[in-house]
Amino acid sequence: MARAAVPGRLKAPLTWQAARLVGLRDETPSARTLVFDVPGWSGHLAGQHVDVRLTAEDGYSTQRSYSLASAPDGDRFELTVQRVPDGEVSPYLADVMEIGDLVEIRGPVGGWFVWRPAEIRPVLLVGGGSGIAPLMAMIRTRRSLGSHTPFRLIYSVRTPEDRYYASELRTPQPGDGGLEVTHLYTRHTPEGWPRPAKRLQLADLQTHGWPPEFEPVCFVCGPTGFVETAAAQLVALGHDPRQIRTERFGPTGG
Amino acid sequence: MDRQDTTDYEDGNALAGPLGELFTADVTAAAGRCAGCGHTALVADLRVYTHAPGLVARCPNCDAVILRLLRAPDAAWLDLRGTVYMRVPLPPA
Repeated sequence: MARAAVPGRLKAPLTWQAARLVGLRDETPSARTLVFDVPGWSGHLAGQHVDVRLTAEDGYSTQRSYSLASAPDGDRFELTVQRVPDGEVSPYLADVMEIGDLVEIRGPVGGWFVWRPAEIRPVLLVGGGSGIAPLMAMIRTRRSLGSHTPFRLIYSVRTPEDRYYASELRTPQPGDGGLEVTHLYTRHTPEGWPRPAKRLQLADLQTHGWPPEFEPVCFVCGPTGFVETAAAQLVALGHDPRQIRTERFGPTGG
Repeated sequence: MDRQDTTDYEDGNALAGPLGELFTADVTAAAGRCAGCGHTALVADLRVYTHAPGLVARCPNCDAVILRLLRAPDAAWLDLRGTVYMRVPLPPA
């Protein structure tokens, strides 16, 4: 783990490796978590991602990036893939891949959008849709280390059926003490839900986030529009822009 | 605000893998100064367009192209004319 613990110090430029699918579970009707095994995997930092490459028989290849959703766990890691209509990569990963199949991955990469457990500042996680994936890696890493760092998660999705990791976030696990979770809905809410369905508002961040005086580090991830709006709202609330780390997934977020 | 209305871009985190073929240090935490407007931005905050052949990264302040990366079968082409400098954090030597 020494390599992963020292940012920027790598032995050699990363290249493509074969990853074998060893498990899968559906998160929602349109999103699936894939469990991969890569012999000699170097481990990863929470927030990093991998690039996944598919190559057709005629040599045409295409690649997409997916955030690591799991805590470091030896040779294994997990990705959560959202099926994008007419996508080039996600339909294969989410619908076609079977246990035992191989896919090419490159990584882990990314040194900015990373939570380092040695950092003692409280953490605010703001996720939109599929943007919850790297934030979940942070929550799971925190849990696996028994970290006491105060965490607050604000997770915005369209409907309750769109929540990833629903049971895991609904029921605190051993090690989750100090983690607070808030779900927000933009299209349909559960019966009797006090907050009407609407996009993330400044007031939501003020109510469920950390006060700027606590000087938290903020991680914001999801579709590009969501991230830019949320980051601007955090700055408007008085948070230090240099402590707001963002990862934009593009227009659809898939 | 003089921003484009569309948000059909990702950000510089998407460059981590492609630039990782060339550089051993993480570049997403690097700071780059735009040759167009002088704004300094983290690579992670650049606007990255992946639809064109290759990757194009634009300044979040003025939208000028800061870097282009094209991966050919036998080489990578890196165009940095839009960057005055890039400061890459490294561990103490």
